Parts: sequence; structure tokens; C-alpha cells
Amino acid sequence: MPKKEIGKFSVSYMQILDETGKVDTKLEPKINNKDLLAMYRWMVLSREADQRMINMQRQGRIGTMGPSTGQEAAHVIPAYLMNEKDWFVGAFREAGARLVRGETIAQALLFYNGFEEGNKKPKEYRTLPVSIIVGAQTLHAVGIGYAVKYRGEKDTAVVTFMGDGATSEGDFHEALNFAGVWQAPVVFICQNNQWAISLPRHKQTKAETIAQKAIAYGIPGIQVDGNDPLAMYVASKEALDRARSGGGPTFIEAVTYRLMMHTTADDPKKYRTEEEVDEWKQKDPLPRFQKYLEGKGIWDAKKEEALVNEIKSEVDAAVKEFEDLKELPAEACFDHVFGTKHVDIEEQRMEFLDDQKRGTDNA
Amino acid sequence: MPKMNMVQAINLGLFQEMSKDDSVVVLGEDVGVDEGVFRVTAGLLEKYGEDRVIDTPLAESGIFGTSIGMALAGLKPVCEMQFSGFSYLITHQLEGHASRFRSRSQGDWTVPLVVRMPYGGGVRAMEHHSESREALYATIPGVKVVIPSTPRNARALIVAAVRDPDPVIFMEPKRSYRAFREEVPEEEEVMEIGKAQVVHEGDDITVISWGAMMRPTIQTVDKIGEKLGKKVELIDLLTVSPMDSITITESVKKTGRCVIVQEAPKNMGVASEIIARINDKVLMYLEAPVKRVTNYDVVTPYFGRETNYFPTPDRIYRAIEETLNF
Ligand SMILES: Cc1ncc(C[n+]2csc(CCOP(=O)(O)OP(=O)(O)O)c2C)c(N)n1
Ligand SMILES: [Mg+2]
Repeated sequence: MPKKEIGKFSVSYMQILDETGKVDTKLEPKINNKDLLAMYRWMVLSREADQRMINMQRQGRIGTMGPSTGQEAAHVIPAYLMNEKDWFVGAFREAGARLVRGETIAQALLFYNGFEEGNKKPKEYRTLPVSIIVGAQTLHAVGIGYAVKYRGEKDTAVVTFMGDGATSEGDFHEALNFAGVWQAPVVFICQNNQWAISLPRHKQTKAETIAQKAIAYGIPGIQVDGNDPLAMYVASKEALDRARSGGGPTFIEAVTYRLMMHTTADDPKKYRTEEEVDEWKQKDPLPRFQKYLEGKGIWDAKKEEALVNEIKSEVDAAVKEFEDLKELPAEACFDHVFGTKHVDIEEQRMEFLDDQKRGTDNA
Repeated sequence: MPKMNMVQAINLGLFQEMSKDDSVVVLGEDVGVDEGVFRVTAGLLEKYGEDRVIDTPLAESGIFGTSIGMALAGLKPVCEMQFSGFSYLITHQLEGHASRFRSRSQGDWTVPLVVRMPYGGGVRAMEHHSESREALYATIPGVKVVIPSTPRNARALIVAAVRDPDPVIFMEPKRSYRAFREEVPEEEEVMEIGKAQVVHEGDDITVISWGAMMRPTIQTVDKIGEKLGKKVELIDLLTVSPMDSITITESVKKTGRCVIVQEAPKNMGVASEIIARINDKVLMYLEAPVKRVTNYDVVTPYFGRETNYFPTPDRIYRAIEETLNF
């Protein structure tokens, strides 16, 4: 019985637009100007909305929120490449992608202010609500992928997001395994932002890359500079094409960085240095994309200023829309417990309404 | 005696148990460098080092399953679920293994460990950060479920939990973490798990609660005394399972009336079990039906609607008044 090598695996890394704005022209995708400008706009809008929400949380105008600042390229670009038929199965740090998918900023504000109505969306959008249980949504994506295949739906992909921390959960591994076995049309995008609250990436897994985890499940995997919009474009497009054409799942590790706190309830100074954050600020996807557009002669300081002003008013308007909302009915929690009416729930609804009416008559 | 809040009190209990017994280890998400998202494990890493205070990968089943192994090998793990809403990932290891090793091996193998988890609402947090699911764990034989309500009993009970020979689910009412301070003795204080506490005595009616609902209940009971001149016997359950039937039934025997205040939904709650026990043992002493003030049987609403969803002091007041007047 000879002992011999029976498998050999490698992991690729892709970067096309580096942090200084230099482009690898051999890998550079052909994207028309309209799309380039649209993607950039979504990223700027996402950043502005994020920053505004942090301020609003600080002022007590909304509850806890988790910023996605710094990760815009990693989630806006794949969302931009998705079609109407594709499914979006997100986690909680893809705010920009949700905007691309048609969620409004006013809705996001409602969500962060503690109202389920912030999740409401016509089913045709094929965009599931925020999933807070880390990793759980990846399995849902694979089930949806199975259903897409079962129904023989053509040209349809399922895109699911998770963080580096999520790759430690059992659900994540089960999802990759099922996707591989079923050859489900799923694109897994891991936003490796280097931190899971206070746990650094190197303590999350001993593996050198997260991308290599795909190998164990027989799925193509790649590590991409997640702050490089062009690399994200190429990798996402390839994965989406594969899924839509019956080629099965793909795993993308998008290497990025969470520039802000985990949520507004978190204090990152407890576990990471300012120097590290500053270092990553140099790799910020927004200025990088801006430089690229300038290099192509389709962007300049004047256009930037106009865009920033336009987006500021857009966010202002969304905040106003949110704050002008009339009060939502308190008893809405009784409306969607089951799809069928049950006497217990209706009885409790009446008790609840009665209690609201009586208020503090004994106080 | 120094005054402290519940976070500091549990922290003190952990500190002291770790210094006494080097088999005690703490593990979980963000419990080390970050000192726990509520800072309950503050200072432990610095004092006891990485081998005893472990920042684990993000996996609840992993945290709990390895804790079972540690306990089988003689360590005493105190593991943390960052929020009880993420603890359902441990249920297969809890029901399937932690609760069963003792009986499966006829006492040869035991799993003395503690699972700490902040539970309950009232802190304006996101989905999964507000539920009260003690009943879920209380249905599993072989598992103890402890819920403190004040800094002092939290400290005395975490010590008892660490020393207990069985798996203990230790549910911390996060709303009470920093809500008030209380004198907590520096020197060792241990309370017995499985015992309820009569917080104050009275003859007219028994009122039972636990965890975060103790605060609004105490305030209401005071008001009942002032306004109606009635003497309430107030019981803090402290251990949900195994339940202290004796303290409950002895009290109801005396008062003949009882109201139970529970943060969790009504259906299959701990209050239901208390009523069943009263029914079993002291039905003939009752002068009024036992009332429960609970949450509704709806999916825990996001925080925008949570205030009205909890048992309010007004609902508690009305329930007590109606039971007194029955
Ligand atoms: C199952 C589960 N455990 C714990 C948490 C609490 N929690 C929320 S986010 C988070 C870290 C997630 O890290 P990562 O997957 O890297 O995503 P990121 O927050 O960095 O985007 C934790 C521990 C949770 N939401 N779900
Ligand atoms: Mg992360």
C-alpha cells in the first residue's frame, strides 16, 4: 500500500484596483460608465446613511445599529449585479446592498427604531429581512437554492452574506456542505472584516484563509480584496454566472474591514488599536473607487461635491419621512403570530386593548 | 458592606470562585479582552490569564459542547451565552447530553457546569435580545434553572451554581444589571439552589415572581399595602427548576390567595406549573382562583412595542386587587 498524495489544493487571491488606485489592466473588467457611476453612487449613499444613523443613535432618535462603513464594495457591488429574479439572503452588515435591493433609508430607520414594519417589503423583491442569529441564514439560502433548482427556474441565483465570525458556526458548515452536495445555485459572500466583535480573525480560525474552507466542501472558493470594487465585480459576476447557468455554488471571501464599532453599543477601543484602524482607512473602498473614476475621466471634484450634496438631501428627506411617520398600532404584535386566527390570541388582544384603555387607573 | 449593581455582584462571585478553585474556567464570546458585552467578566482575564478565561470562536454549540467535555474531565466551566436568544444552539447538547450523563452512567459521569445568559427585555435591543424562555429549559429533567433578581442574591446564587454538581442554566435579568445597587457582603455568601425566598411575610395574599419582574412586583405590592392596607406575602422563586413547592404551598395555605407575575408568555409558562402545584397540594385552602400576570402568546415584539407587552405595574395591581376582592 503506497502512501501517496491524492489531492492538492490551492487558493487564489484577486485584487484589480489597489489601494493607491493602480489598476491591473489585464484583469480590469469592461464596465460601462453608467454602471460604474451607479455603483459608486450606491456606495456613497450607503456611507452617508450609515454615518447619519450613528449620529441619530447617539441622539436617541433610533436604537442600536451596526454600521457597515468601510465594507461598501464587498456588498454593494454583488447586490448591483443581482437581477430581479435573484434572491438576497443577508445577515446584518450589508446596509448598502439592501438599499440597492430596494429597501429605503426610512425603512432601515424604522427597523433600527424597533419596528418590524422596517422589514416589510413586497415578496417579489426576493429579499429576506435582516438575520441576526449569526450564520443561520446561510442554510435558508441553500434551501431556496434547492427550490429554485426543483422548480427549474432558469437564470436565478441566491446570494447569501455572512461575516468571518459566522464561519465558526455549525450552520455555516452545514450550509456549504448541503450546497455542494445539492449543487445549489448559491453565492456565499463572506465579509471578512477582521473582527467578530472583539475576536480578531486569527482567533476565529487557525486556517490561513477563510476561502480555503470551500475546498473541504467541494465548492470553488476565492479570496478577493473586498475593498476593491473591480475585484468584487469580477468575482461576483463569475459566481452569479456559474449559479445561474447550473454550475452550482461558489464561495467568496471578501477581505475588508469594519471601520466603525460593532454596533453603537460597542467600544472598539477595548480590543483594537487606532493604528490598525488608520492603516485600514488607507484601503477604504470609496476614495479608491473615486480615484478610478477620475482616472477614467468621468469624475472630478465638482461632480463629487454635487453628488455629496444631492445625497445629503436624499438622506435628509428619508430622515424626515421616518420622523413624520404616524404612530404605529401597538397591537400589531397580535396580527402575525399565526396565519390562522386562534381564540387565545384574539382573547389576549382584547385584554391588551382593554389594559391600554384602562391605563394607570390604579396608579 | 459595599454597595454594588448586579453586574459587579456576579463579577465578584466569579472572581472569588476562580481564586478558590483553579478548576473553574470561564469561556464564551467576548468574555476575555472585551470583558463580556455587559462587562460581567471584567478583570477576569487580567487576573487569571488566557487558560482560564477563554475568548472562544463564535459558536454556541461549540462553547457548550466543549464545556461538557471539560466538566467530564473535572474542570468547572462557567460558559456564557452572549444573549439567551442565541442559547437555542446549545439545546441539543443540553437535552441530549449535559442533562443525561449522570443517569446514563448511573452516577459515574457528571456534568457540573454553569451556563450564564442575560435574558429578558427592557433594554431597547434588537431582535433576539429580549426574550424570556426559562420555561424551555425548565422542561428538561436533570437541568437546574436559576434566576436571580438582585445583586446580593445574584452573587450568592452564582457561587452556588459554580459549586453545584449538575448543569445549571443561570439566567441574568439584563434589565436589572445596572438598574439598582444593593449591599453585598465581601465575605462568602451562598444561597441554596432549589429554594424560593419569602421576601416579606403577609397573611392576605401570596404574590410570586422571579427575575426582572420582581422589581415592578415589589413596587406594586408596596402600593397595595399603602392603598388597600393588605399584607402581601411576596415570594421570589429564584430557582425555576427544580421548583420549591413547599415554600409556595405553605404560603398559599396561609393566605388562600395567589397572584403570579411572569415576564414570559402565558402558554406553558412557569406560572402554569406553579398553579398546577397549588392545585395538587392546597386547592382546598384557596379562597379565589389563582391569577397570573404574564406576557402575551405572541412572538416577542421588537423594542418599539415592548413596553406595553411586559406585565406593567398596573396590570399587576389590578390582578392583586381582583384576587383580594374575589
Ligand atoms: C448565534 C449568535 N451568537 C452570537 C450573536 C451575537 N453577535 C452578533 S454579531 C456577532 C459577531 C459577528 O461577527 P461576524 O460574523 O464576523 O460579523 P460582523 O459583525 O463582523 O459583521 C456576535 C457574536 C448572534 N447575533 N448570533
Ligand atoms: Mg466580522
